[in-house]
Amino acid sequence: MTKTDDQMPEGGKPGLSRRRFMECAAALGLAAPFAASFLGAGPARAEPKQGGTARFAINDGTQTDSYNPASWLTSFAQAAFGGTLCNGLTEIAVDGSVKPDLAESYSASPDLKTWTFKLRPGLAFHDGRAVTATDVIESFRHHMGPKSTSAAKALVDAIADIKADGAGTVVFTLSGGNADFPFLVSDNHLAIMPAKAGGGIEWEKGIATGPFKIVDFQPGISLKMTRNPKYHKPGLPYFDAVEFVSIIDVAARTNALVTGEIDYMVDADIKTLTMLERNPAVEISKVAGVRHFTFDMNTKVAPFDNADFRMAMKYAIDREEILAKAFLGNARVANDNPVAAQIKFAVDPKPAHAYDVEKAKSYLAASGLKDVTVDLSVADTAFPGAVDAALLFKEQAAKAGITINVIREADDGYWDNIWQHKPFVGTDWLGKPTIDSLFTTVYASDGPWNDTGWANAHFDDLLKTARGEADEAKRASMYAEMQQMIHDEGGAIVIVYAYFIDALSRKIGHGPIGNMLQCDNFRMAERWWTA
Amino acid sequence: MIAHPLVRTIGHRLAMGVLSLFVVSLIIFAAIAVLPGDFARATLGRSATPATVAAFQKQLGLDRPVPVRYLDWIGGVVQGDFGNSFSSGVARPRTVMSIVGPRLRNTLLLAGVTALLAVPLALGLGLLAAIYRNSWFDRLVNAITLVAISFPEFFVAYALMLFLAVKYPLFYSLARISPEMTAGDIALRIGLPVLTLMLGTVAHMMRMTRASIVGLLASPYIEMARLKGIAPGRVILWHALPNAWAPILSVIAFNLAYLIVGVVVVEVVFVYPGIGQAMVDAVRTRDIPVVQACALIFAVTFILLNLVADIVAIATNPKLLHPR
Repeated sequence: MTKTDDQMPEGGKPGLSRRRFMECAAALGLAAPFAASFLGAGPARAEPKQGGTARFAINDGTQTDSYNPASWLTSFAQAAFGGTLCNGLTEIAVDGSVKPDLAESYSASPDLKTWTFKLRPGLAFHDGRAVTATDVIESFRHHMGPKSTSAAKALVDAIADIKADGAGTVVFTLSGGNADFPFLVSDNHLAIMPAKAGGGIEWEKGIATGPFKIVDFQPGISLKMTRNPKYHKPGLPYFDAVEFVSIIDVAARTNALVTGEIDYMVDADIKTLTMLERNPAVEISKVAGVRHFTFDMNTKVAPFDNADFRMAMKYAIDREEILAKAFLGNARVANDNPVAAQIKFAVDPKPAHAYDVEKAKSYLAASGLKDVTVDLSVADTAFPGAVDAALLFKEQAAKAGITINVIREADDGYWDNIWQHKPFVGTDWLGKPTIDSLFTTVYASDGPWNDTGWANAHFDDLLKTARGEADEAKRASMYAEMQQMIHDEGGAIVIVYAYFIDALSRKIGHGPIGNMLQCDNFRMAERWWTA
Repeated sequence: MIAHPLVRTIGHRLAMGVLSLFVVSLIIFAAIAVLPGDFARATLGRSATPATVAAFQKQLGLDRPVPVRYLDWIGGVVQGDFGNSFSSGVARPRTVMSIVGPRLRNTLLLAGVTALLAVPLALGLGLLAAIYRNSWFDRLVNAITLVAISFPEFFVAYALMLFLAVKYPLFYSLARISPEMTAGDIALRIGLPVLTLMLGTVAHMMRMTRASIVGLLASPYIEMARLKGIAPGRVILWHALPNAWAPILSVIAFNLAYLIVGVVVVEVVFVYPGIGQAMVDAVRTRDIPVVQACALIFAVTFILLNLVADIVAIATNPKLLHPR
């Protein structure tokens, strides 16, 4: 099912600041216990109150941004349009679970193939029109069909049919059972917009159901919005008006925040973070997300086809040192499991892979390989700090007798020409909120982004079975087994889970910040208030 | 009848300008054609299957051979039609001009204000430095302008921002302007970028003014004028300056062109919505029609300003104007 992007394909500049959050998540993590870490953030501020304005600076708005939900690629579009202008049938709650949004409730048939969503009564678009099942159907069809060029096409591929059952009920028929379907429809591209008379949706005017209405939009520059007084969530939103500003340059964003021109900036610069932390008017929010950085070995290519050699590599990398030196401590060490801890059914496979030269040497001996030299392709766009991390890895692996040639590739075209083409590459995964969506896209043998060439029939079987399994305990044990397999045999060296590092003015109040997607799961405009 | 030599020269220069533009358009198109990645991939991201990419490329007309695409593009351009941005929806075309136009206006505003302040200032300082050459004034002006031009622009920009926006908030750190702002607001908003650009351009123009005048002051005819007892200021303004215009104008033209095509760093630092940022943005998203339009506008700016500088230099130079 879900096949959205885990990362931007075309490079921005290096650094966390320049990452575009493409297409983050499709279906979002099942009711994971709330695990947002607020390492740098102060305690959540007191009572929310109405009023005030907020200006949010995002790092990647472009002049090609438009209201068309099929084309939302930038985090600007996803935060401003997906999370602020619009609503989906469901949404990701702060704790990472899924909850109804425009839908009042939903239910599935026992085989998980038929899903029925009931809309809330009295829902209206910004211009007063009522929201009906037809609007929902057309909003989904907007992304479907062979001619679709939607960023969310892959998400809706599993939908075989959509029907209205009266004005307020929509019935989805899937081509196969899927327990995660409510997460899937929470994707911000699947926003509900008014249907046109002859089919299709009317996205051109930017009319939807969200907490804020459009006032003025200049693509690539700014979007001004005002409160939707008839919003369906009681008491929300708190701000009277919000503005999203595109500021690509991280120094310019920081200056704008310090001089009070903006109230929030996405992606603070980790190199100057300690200085920004000293500013009493600024709060730094660090949230460990589901995004992770890996060195991926293609298990179909020698010497990476040798399982013992892969294990040697996993023990030959010192993640702690890389965390400290390449990421300046701003990440969480991973254990060759791409599934972040807050995702439902995540486990921590044993034994933990830590730097161990002796173990690496013994696995190297077991592999029967001698004097191994491998080429590691990286670029600044592979993930922020990738080149530094690769150079550190080179030194660490040398002690275990493995020679790594670090090849610095061009940023431009990295995702087109290097990733999935070279056998050993650095990769930035934005992560998925459910295990199913992550494994289906990256680790299933036919996954579109299976850059490790991992092919295991038992794994594929488990994946399919778990998706259609309604029994949570059975699903949990299947997912645990699959994570163990990736940990032991897979081709991905998972280095760290990245933090979302944002800076806020102390004038902004907020509760716990969501840890699935950046910008408080893209819904900060609705959730935050003037302190 | 033989046309006046000045008219002939201008005609010749114009023809050369058009030819250069044609060559530039070829280079732009070829360079962009070999750029890795394309709009379809950039838009679809990694969810792109080969079939979707192909469908998208067909929709954008990218499946046609390069020469056909070039002729199509250049044919539109000569009629003033830069085509549609790739971000156009099927039912909702966005012309390139609707994207580039407002950005170009912003750039021209910034360049215009900077030029209005910087050019007279540079000329004045240059003349004064020439008149009082080797005085403390000359040395001071030279030292200050050289220091200003020696720092990279982004450094000057951040230094100005630190002092004039953060420590002493006279100006704004963001130069975001919008059409509904009053002139006063806009002036405050663009104060820092204008100052940054002035510091970067004044030195060049000022030093050229000074150098060309000082060079002429050793000529026999200036000696003659001096011997006649004409005041030093008058000697410089009436006798030296007319012959010094050619090099000064070409430097001014160069700096004016720079103010339009070379200020992307300043635009990024101050988040000014100018054409440089528009082009960078378009390259990032591979919105090729916009990239091509921006590149062509830059080329036209350069060629046109140099053309004007040449013509004015010829027209003001007695020697070139009345060839024997």
